[in-house]
Amino acid sequence: MIINPIENGIVIDHIKAGKGMQLYNILHLGELSCSVAIIKNANSVKLGKKDIIKIDEVIDLDLDIIGYIDPGITVNIIRNGVNEKRVNIEAPERITNVIKCKNPRCITSVEQELPHVFKLTDRENMVYRCIYCESKAK
Amino acid sequence: MRSVIDILDLSTEEIDELIETALDIIADGKKYSEKCKGKKLATLFFEPSTRTRLSFEAAMYELGGQVLGFSDSGSSSASKGESVSDTVRVVSCYADIIAMRHPKEGAPMVASMKASVPVINAGDGGHNHPTQTLADLLTIKREKGAFEGITVGFCGDLKFGRTVHSLIGALSRYKNVSFVLISPDELTVPSYIKKEILDAKNIKYYETTDLEKAMPELDILYMTRVQRERFFNEQDYIRLKDSYILTPEKLKNAKEDMCILHPLPRVNEISVAVDEDPRALYFKQALNGKYMRMALILKLLEVQ
Repeated sequence: MIINPIENGIVIDHIKAGKGMQLYNILHLGELSCSVAIIKNANSVKLGKKDIIKIDEVIDLDLDIIGYIDPGITVNIIRNGVNEKRVNIEAPERITNVIKCKNPRCITSVEQELPHVFKLTDRENMVYRCIYCESKAK
Repeated sequence: MRSVIDILDLSTEEIDELIETALDIIADGKKYSEKCKGKKLATLFFEPSTRTRLSFEAAMYELGGQVLGFSDSGSSSASKGESVSDTVRVVSCYADIIAMRHPKEGAPMVASMKASVPVINAGDGGHNHPTQTLADLLTIKREKGAFEGITVGFCGDLKFGRTVHSLIGALSRYKNVSFVLISPDELTVPSYIKKEILDAKNIKYYETTDLEKAMPELDILYMTRVQRERFFNEQDYIRLKDSYILTPEKLKNAKEDMCILHPLPRVNEISVAVDEDPRALYFKQALNGKYMRMALILKLLEVQ
């Protein structure tokens, strides 16, 4: 399967197979007017199978969201057909308003205006906890 | 400006310092009777609590300060839909320090982010209750002399029991402390506490349903109440509430110098006959709570 190389845009690479669509949705890529390609189950030396997202425009991406979904991802910024910048994503220390706390006893369940903030408490197992009630993100 | 939301907000050195202040207050309370003159404590209790609120109020009065506040959300602006953030912003204009209890977990943390004065968490749902832990620690220190090397049995509701979680966290920072976790299967210590505190720090512990069998090993027996307000389902509460009732007979095999602690209020999990036993220290523990709250207020108000 061939997807044409992009001249100016972003390639989100090394996405764990199966997570491409989740990333597409959480980054609201469906709202873009440029071309966006999701390649599922591409062969990968590193991962066996991987997903890739190609965006035909350089846009601002929230790297914290990407890191939360999958810290193994690499983001490549392509300008004039050249890979100008390659960013190895890491799990962010904190994420704000990416996911919601599901604990019905949490203060965020009654005070709607509060930001939903989670902090990374266990990098090895990618455990995020609500900063208010310390419930594990699900 | 410093708040205390979780017992782990305080280092072991700071806890030692608070214990030292509390012991000095016990030795010579008069010395402290005007330390907080002109200062006001706001007790914001969005959930009813008699002893914690009164303990905070007594603590502030004994330091020569004054107290204002409310004792349930029905008599506060929360009943009109005001947010915690707005309430504490306003209260910060009137008081020098806030003690807050709230049924929702994390509410005092929200308060500490918005208030311009120190906030003390006086209990947030089933989550944290750091000043109860300070009371527990002072009691253990006074009775046992040190935290190192003790075996602590927790009995009752270890799932929702915030005092249990906080005390496990606090004691886990000392050497050679071991735990016996005694509860019905439905109310065991949450797995994250076992994994992230006990296992991570390689602390010796085991879980059991048998209180009497564990009794001879214990230096401290920390009893807890199964709390109706933590259950969404009344039937579960009724089924579990009488799982453990401590009686003089059950204490037969306990060490002679074992300490029986309870955060109070008690319902029926400790028979009143146990009150006469010299090992029953729960009322002394409540008194220790007042001294530690005094020490904490002094620390957070930076009063010398």
